[in-house]
Order: sequence, then C-alpha cells, then structure tokens
Amino acid sequence: MNRALSNPLAQWGFAIIATILVLAALAPWIAPYDPDAIDVKSILLAPSTTHWMGTDGLGRDVFSRMLFGARISLLVGFVAVGIATFIGVILGAISGFYRGWIDVVIMRLVDIMLSIPTFFLILAVIAFLTPSIWNIMIVIGLTSWMGVTRLVRAEFLSLREREYVLAAETLGARNFRLIFRHLLPNSLTPIIVSTVLGIASAVLVESSLSFLGLGVQPPQASWGNILTDGKEYIQFAWWLSAFPGMAILITVLGYNLLGEGLRDALDPRTKS
Amino acid sequence: MIQYLAKRLFWMVPLLIGISLISFLILHLAPGDITTTEAGFNPKASEESRQKLRKLYHLDEPLMVQYGLWLKRMATLDFGESFAGHQRPVLWEKKDEKGNVTKGMIQEALPITLLINVISLILTMLLAIPLGMIAARKHHQWQDRAITVFNFVGFSIPGFWLSLLLMYWLGVVYNIFPISGIHSINYQSFSTWDKIYDTTRHLFLPIVIPSLTGLAGITLFVKNGMLDVLHQDYITTARAKGLAEDVVIRRHALRNALLPLITIMGLSIPGLIGGSVIAETLFAIPGMGKLFYDAVMMRDFPVIMGILTIGAALTLIGNLLADIAYAWADPRVRRGVVR
Amino acid sequence: MPHKLLLAACLLLAACGQPAHDQTADLDKPYPPTQGGTLVDAMSGEPSGLIAMLAGESAASAIAANLFNSLLKYDKNLELEGELAKSWEVSRDQKTLTFHLKPGMKWSDGKPLTSDDVLFTWKLVTDDNTRTPYGADYKLVIRAEAPDPLTFRVTYAQPYAPALDSWAGLHILPRHLLEGQDINTTPFARHPIGSNYYQLDEWKNGERISLKRNPNATQGQPRIDRLVSRFIPDPASQFLELMADNIDTMGLSPIQYARIFPARPELTRKIAQYKELGNAYTYLGFNLKHKPWDDRRVRLAINYAIDKQELIDGVLLGLGEPIASPYKPGTRWSNPDLKPYPYDPARARQLLKEAGFEDHDGDGILDRDGKPLSFEILTNQNKQREMSATLIQRRLKEIGIDVRIRVLEWASFIGRFIKTGDFDVVVLGWSLGQEPDQFNIWHSSQQDPGKFNFIGYSNPKVDRLLEQGRLELNPDKRMKIYHAFSKQLYEDSPIVYLYAGYGLPAIHKRVKGIDNPAPPAGIGHNAYEWYIPEPLRRTEIAEK
Repeated sequence: MNRALSNPLAQWGFAIIATILVLAALAPWIAPYDPDAIDVKSILLAPSTTHWMGTDGLGRDVFSRMLFGARISLLVGFVAVGIATFIGVILGAISGFYRGWIDVVIMRLVDIMLSIPTFFLILAVIAFLTPSIWNIMIVIGLTSWMGVTRLVRAEFLSLREREYVLAAETLGARNFRLIFRHLLPNSLTPIIVSTVLGIASAVLVESSLSFLGLGVQPPQASWGNILTDGKEYIQFAWWLSAFPGMAILITVLGYNLLGEGLRDALDPRTKS
Repeated sequence: MIQYLAKRLFWMVPLLIGISLISFLILHLAPGDITTTEAGFNPKASEESRQKLRKLYHLDEPLMVQYGLWLKRMATLDFGESFAGHQRPVLWEKKDEKGNVTKGMIQEALPITLLINVISLILTMLLAIPLGMIAARKHHQWQDRAITVFNFVGFSIPGFWLSLLLMYWLGVVYNIFPISGIHSINYQSFSTWDKIYDTTRHLFLPIVIPSLTGLAGITLFVKNGMLDVLHQDYITTARAKGLAEDVVIRRHALRNALLPLITIMGLSIPGLIGGSVIAETLFAIPGMGKLFYDAVMMRDFPVIMGILTIGAALTLIGNLLADIAYAWADPRVRRGVVR
Repeated sequence: MPHKLLLAACLLLAACGQPAHDQTADLDKPYPPTQGGTLVDAMSGEPSGLIAMLAGESAASAIAANLFNSLLKYDKNLELEGELAKSWEVSRDQKTLTFHLKPGMKWSDGKPLTSDDVLFTWKLVTDDNTRTPYGADYKLVIRAEAPDPLTFRVTYAQPYAPALDSWAGLHILPRHLLEGQDINTTPFARHPIGSNYYQLDEWKNGERISLKRNPNATQGQPRIDRLVSRFIPDPASQFLELMADNIDTMGLSPIQYARIFPARPELTRKIAQYKELGNAYTYLGFNLKHKPWDDRRVRLAINYAIDKQELIDGVLLGLGEPIASPYKPGTRWSNPDLKPYPYDPARARQLLKEAGFEDHDGDGILDRDGKPLSFEILTNQNKQREMSATLIQRRLKEIGIDVRIRVLEWASFIGRFIKTGDFDVVVLGWSLGQEPDQFNIWHSSQQDPGKFNFIGYSNPKVDRLLEQGRLELNPDKRMKIYHAFSKQLYEDSPIVYLYAGYGLPAIHKRVKGIDNPAPPAGIGHNAYEWYIPEPLRRTEIAEK
C-alpha cells in the first residue's frame, strides 16, 4: 500500500475521493441552506456570494443540493458495488476453489449475463419495479458482479497452485480456512482495484438513469438529477449543469486514478 | 481446430437456454400479471391486448408449458408483432396480400446502431493503439501519466452532458454539424456522394463521443499488453542483438501485444448491438437503444423480448467469431497447444 | 457541392463552417402571401398509426388532423362550423341531426367523398371489434342513414347535447379503401388517404413524417407546400434544433419563454413567441375511497394549505391562470362566481383539528388515533407536475403533514396504481375541451378500473346534473346546469385545482400570416393560411 501511495496518480485520486467524502459527510454542517428549501422568488439565479452555485428551477440553493447530492451519489456507488463485490467474490471463490462442474456452471452464468447489454437489463428492471434509490442500488449490483467473479476465480486458480497453499492443504487445513486465511487475503488487491473502478461506473450509471427519469425520487438531490434538471438550460443557466457535471467528472476521475494507480503500483510487472 | 469449433458450438446451447430463461423471467418480473401493466387509459384496448398477450405467451398454461412454448418461438425466431407500433413485425419484414412490405423493427434499427458503434470502435482502436504504445514505452513518465489522465477524463464525463455541450457548441454556435437525426430532410434528393456526406455529418458526434468514453479501457489494455510483452525473453533477446528499440517494438512486440485486442472486440459486442439509450435519445437516432427504451416505456413485450434474445444470440455468435479469429491469429491455439 | 471535398478535413479538424442559410433577408419586413415552402416541426414521440380513433397519442392526432376532416369543426372563436358538412339541422324533437355535405368533395386519391363514407365511419367507430376508446358517444345513435350521397342523418333515443361536438371529433375515413379490412391491423394506418389539406408524402420510421399539399383537398389549398414532423425525443435537443434554425416551431417551457428568450436577442430576432390559453389544467386528486380523504374537511384543509399563486409563479413563472372549475377560464361554461380557495394555513390547521388531526405525540406531524397524517403523492414523468408536487410537499410540511413523492413513468403509473386504485393522492392533468359534458370523469358510474373517475367521486346531485346536461340543448339552460355542477364540485373539493398553464408556441419569423394575439382556438386555427415568403425559405431545402 505504501508503494501505491507513492504513485502520484493514486495520490491525486485519493485526495479527490477523500475531499469529496469529507464534504459529503459534513454536508449538514457546511451547507449554507436547507437543500429542499424552495423560494419561488429566486428561481434560476446565477452564482453569487449568497448562492455560490446559483439556484435551480425552484429557487433551491444548488451548492447545498450538491453537498447533499454527493451523499446519494456516493451511497449508490458504494452499496451497488458492495453487492456486486459480495456476489462476485463468493461465486468467484467457489468457482476457482472447487473447479469442476460448479465452475462450469458459474462461468456459463457469467457468459450469459455478459451477453445481454447490462444497461438494457437495468432499464427494464427499474422501469418494471418502479424506481427508488434501493431498487437502483440493488439492480446495479445484481448486474455488475461478473467482472469480479472472473477476477477472483482467476486469482484463486493461480494461487491454488502456489506451494504455501498446497502445503496448508496437505497439512489438513479445512477448505473454509484455506479460502479465508490463505486465498482471499492474497487476492485482495485486484478485488480492491476492481471495487474502486466499479464505484466509478456506478456513479455514471446513476446519472444515466436520472437522465431517463428513472433515478432517485424528488425532492432528494443526486448529482444525476441535478444535472438532468439543468440539461435543458445548458446554454443559459449553465451553473445547473456545469457544477454537477464537473462533480461527477472529478469524482469518477478520482476513483479511476486511485484504482488505476493502485493497480499500477501493485502490479508485479512494474516491480522490475 | 474443428474439434475446438464443435466444442464451442456445443457450449452455445446452454447459454442460449440461459438467455431464454432470463428473458422469460423479465416477462414475469412485472408484479402481478404482465397484462395489467399495459400502457394507456383505454379499457377496451387493454382488454383486447390482454387477450392477445395471454394468447401470445400462453399465460393460461402452466409455467413449464409456457416456457417450453417460449423456447420454441425463440428457436423459430418468431417474435410476433409490436403492440405499440401498429402491428409492425418485431424482427423481420413481412408482406401482406397487396404486396405492401412492412419492415421489421429490429431489422431497421440494428444496422444503424451497428454502423455507429462499429465505426466508433474502430476509431477508438486507432487512437488507443498509439496512445497505449506511447504509455507503455514511457511508463511512469509524464507522457504515460498525461495519457492516463486524458483517457480517464474522457471516461468520467457524463456522456449526455458532453453531448449537449458539443451539440450546442458545434451545432448552434458554430453551426458545423447538424444537431440530431441521421439524415437531412431533403436527403432523398441528394446524389450518392452527398448522401454519404450528409450521413457522415449527422453521425459525427454520435460516433466520436463514445470513442472518447471508450478510449480509456482499450488504451490501458494495449499499454498493459505492451508492458507484458516488453518483459518477455524474446524481446530482451532482440534488444540484446542490438536492434533499435523502434524495430524491436514494431517487429516483435506490437503483434503479440495486439493479439488480446481481439478478445476485447468480442467483449464489446453487446455494447455494439445494444447501442446507447441516452445517445440515441439525445441525437434522435432510431437505433436499438431507442427502440428498447420505447418498448420498455410502452410495455411492448414482443419488442422487449425480441431485442433481449436477438441481442444476446448475436453477441454469442460474435464472441464465437472473436475466439475463432483469436485461434486463427495465435499460432499456439491454432496448433492446439493451448486448451 | 464543392464542400464535400472538405469532408475529410472536416472530420479531422471539425473546423469548417457550413455556409448554409445565413439570414440576410429581413425577417420583419411585410411580405405578400405566397405559395410554397416547407414548415418543419419536432415531435417527441412517433405515432403508432395515423387513424386517430385507434391511436391515442397526441403525436398521431396532431398529424392525422392535417390529413382527415370531420363533419364539423370549431372556428377561431370556438363556435361550431361545417367542415365536410355545408350545413346541419336539428329536428324539432331534438333527437335527429341531419348533415348536408359539401358537393363535389374528393379523397386525395381522386375518389368521391360521400355520405356513404360518413356512414361507414360511424359503423367502424361503433363496431365492437374496433379498438377505440371513443365509441361511447356514437353508440348512443340508434339509427344512422345516408339517404343520398350528400345527406347524412343520425337519430338518438333521446336528445343528446354533446352530439354536435362528437361529430366535430370524428375523422371521416374512406370506405372504398377500408371496407372488408380489419381496422385494427390495416396497413392503411401507415398509408393513409384523407381529404384534408395535406397527404402523406413519406414516413421514415424513427426519423420523420413528411406531408405534401393535397391537390384534391376539400377545404381549399393551404399556402405551405410541405409539412415535416421530425421525431426528436429529448426536449433539450429540440430546443437546440430550434436555436440552430433546423426546426421552425416548438412548444416552449415557461423557463425558455420567460427567461431564455428575453436574455437572448439573437433568438428574439428570428423567432416569434406566442401565448395561448392552454387546453389542460393540472390538479391534485384524492383517492376518495381511502381514509382520510373521505372526509371533506381534510380535503378542504389541503386545498387551503396549497398556495396556488406560488405554484403559478414557481412552476409556470406566471404563465398560467388559477381555475376554480374544470372549464377554460373566460368561456361561458366557467362559473364566474367561483374563486380558487385562498392560501390560508391557519384555516387548514383548524379544519384538520376539527377532523381530529392534531400533533398529539409532539413529533411535528399531525396524527389521529395514533396514526400520523402521512401520504404519498404520485405523479408521472412530467417536469411541471413533479415541481408542483415538490412545492406542495413543502407547504404541507409546514402545517405538519408528511408527504412523500413518487414519480413514475406512464405505464407503471396507469397500470399499477391508477387502474388498481392503489394510490393516495395524484398530481395529474385533465384536458379542457369545448364541450362541457364531463360525464366520464365525474359520474359515479364511471369508477371501474380503467375508467376516468378513478378517484371514486360519487355525489347523487352531481350525477343528476351531469345527466341533465346531456339532455339539454338550450345553451343558456345548459350553462346554468354546468355552473351548478361546478359549484357542487367546488364545495365537495374532490380535487384541488392547481393551475391552467398557457400554451407557449415559438415559431420562426419566416412563417407569416399568424394571428397574434392568439384567438380562443389558439394560433394553429388558421395554419392553412400561414405562408413562408420565398426569400426567407431555407436554402438547403430548395425543392428540386
């Protein structure tokens, strides 16, 4: 990890993510206004000293909404990817550890899921189940575990052949212990990397769903629906789209830099 | 090789069955009876389409029978007609007694989406290969970092925001490109060249924007592939022979580094067929994404099912072709050393 | 086309401008009416077919209205006049209507249009196999006949006041092309032959529908040669297209109308803004079958707690009017004595207290019998309704009511909540027609799943008035009946009238001959007289 943090890209990524997490956590204390406070006398005001990021179509303070929206957008990312990682690690571990027919079944399942355009699946399910923040997180999670599964399986397959694992096995270690003591800890790095990158994608998926009106329900703010609110006035009330757009861009970039920096730093190829 | 092919074809069967199961599940996902979700405020129309749905999917039969019949329809590519689009066939054109041809919905939408996405993928590759090579050669130097950041910025911008900004900037302010649609309204009167020119202008933004988004992944892939190869013994040997670095890379490294790109192409196939719902909505492109979105919104089940299954089946075929290409390109696989 | 050679350079540099249509001609100069030109507009959805009685979407009706005629139509002041009919008579017992068709009319394929076609259309719309929601009005006809090619006569069992209006809403279809076909599946829906100003030129799936002038038009010749409707689903893209001069007209949102246009002289220079009375109102409706909405005091309390002027200012930027009856403000059906319930939170609290709602447990939310006053407002994906719900939520919170909002796409909304009656409160809209009869919405017999009285409103007095209104042909007596109906509705408050927004069309200034200010029927009423002077036409659409 020290190596990872000496990588400048990872440092930048880490700094960005940390800042945003702090801002989101402190939202109730930093936000100058109630994010849902409507004021029809100050609709679509440009940024000023009273409203740092201007106001939206109902006169709500965009800066406050951005801060609270950060919580929603990050929450969606974390929970969705948490679900995906959980499923992926379990299926991947089973697949890579036991091999044989169960491996075949799980891998075919992965192939099937990969052959259907993910966004189509998300779209259909969210529309049929009616959108809510929980449905969104669950559905994104249930449709994005395939990458982690493949990754964990590959790690397990290669780790299983390592001498220390074989030694533990001959010494009579139980499967459970083998998986949790020896295999999983050693495949943690790629899992973390893929989790970090997964969060980045989930934030983008949330904004896409908001664009289609299938996102988080009003009046709750998320970056996706603030951006969507602003899309019709992109050339006029630029602040409505520019700030959430930049926020998504910077956050996703941060996650990507962090993830990629970690991967790069921990990659054995670059040790030479 | 033939054995390998046969094996691959054999494996497609359980995959197709799995896909049929998933699409069948989606059909039954809508809580209650799917027929209650029909759009519209029209008691009589809904009663009729309810009957039609019941008949089409045999909803009165036991679940197993329903599934069996659905499998049969899938096998015969019989997806029926759209509920919302006035009897348009879902998949392929049909002719009535008078000789009027009604084009199939997927038949019309798929080529548009494929055209955009294939060109976009090619463009991405053309940009990603040199970028990836530079990043690999200048690993951990500023060029590498600059490329990484540039690529990730492209990946991280919400696509519809970038699209709208470019539509405004290039379409309204500078008036260089049309804003939406795929043809001008007087397209019919153009000469062939003008038609191509016109379509190109319309599709420029829809092609370039996803290329920017996709650049990050493929560049990284090329870069990592290159890094792998550059540490192989034969490269070291080549270097030891005193060959210039350029020659080493061009003659030895590149070919091997690019081989895995075939796999990436295979993996991008669902995206190629699926199309982007958002880009197609914004740019008013009548492709697969827009078709699917409309179908979901209208609860047009024949179209939803048709797109999911056809899309998945085409993806499997695409993956198979990619694997064959890989096998053909990689002498180790060709000779049966691997697998 | 020399610039095609620049294609490659263009793609690489994205730097070459398009020399097309820069407006050197003066847009504000008066021009004499001329024939020709193309008008381009945008639609967010594509019609499924062009037979209006089958396709419910507004896109279908908008295009079909240029292709087909009805027997009657509304003029600019919303009075009935003949369209295919030259004149009509009502029999003394008020049960028989006789229409005399204009002589010598033809379909666009040259075949004669006669009373036979009208009779055929009536049979179609009343046929049980026809999948139309609009059959009810016409099924009240007990005898329809076409004694000669220019006469069509219908007889009702009892006087039916909305009858004339119904004949202004039925597009007459050609018998010679549809006889013996299944109307629900006929290819005619995509290859229509009509009698109005335009005929179908080309339908590019997913892209556009083009209409061209119909030389056989029954109502004379329009001045504009071609109408093109492009399908552009996203409103943001539509507005960009309008700014870039690629479409000539679109309906503006209040923000575009009141904020963007005034700030953009380059837009007001070339695009004219219009304002017309909207033809719909937005309301908040209670599910009267659920508690506590069966209690009139609670409904009134909510009504008092909603600030309608704030909604009009906030959601519509002032571009709308408050209403107090389900009729267009200012028309004869609208009862002038009724005024919207004022915003009076103290009164609202008082009423809730009377109904038993007080904050007993001190959590800031009113409760009764230990149950908090908490509900969900359901609405569909419509920006203005969503904003209204948000404002209402805020206001109700102030008097201690906990409101959640759920925004759904239309299919789920209708299928899962409205049809099943599984909702508390909705924010929705009803259209404001020319005909005062609202039997379908308010009569207690219209509550079955899929029918329009889904809020479950039932008042014997209103039922009786609605029944009377249908039988009364004398306009003054009818007016009194509907005023009484509106008053009762106002007192029962089964819905809260929120506002009636204005229609805000923007039309490029190259289009001339538009009535401004808009007459009651809206600016579109004389679209056939609009013209586009030659110097102002788009160069790129020069006819070849």
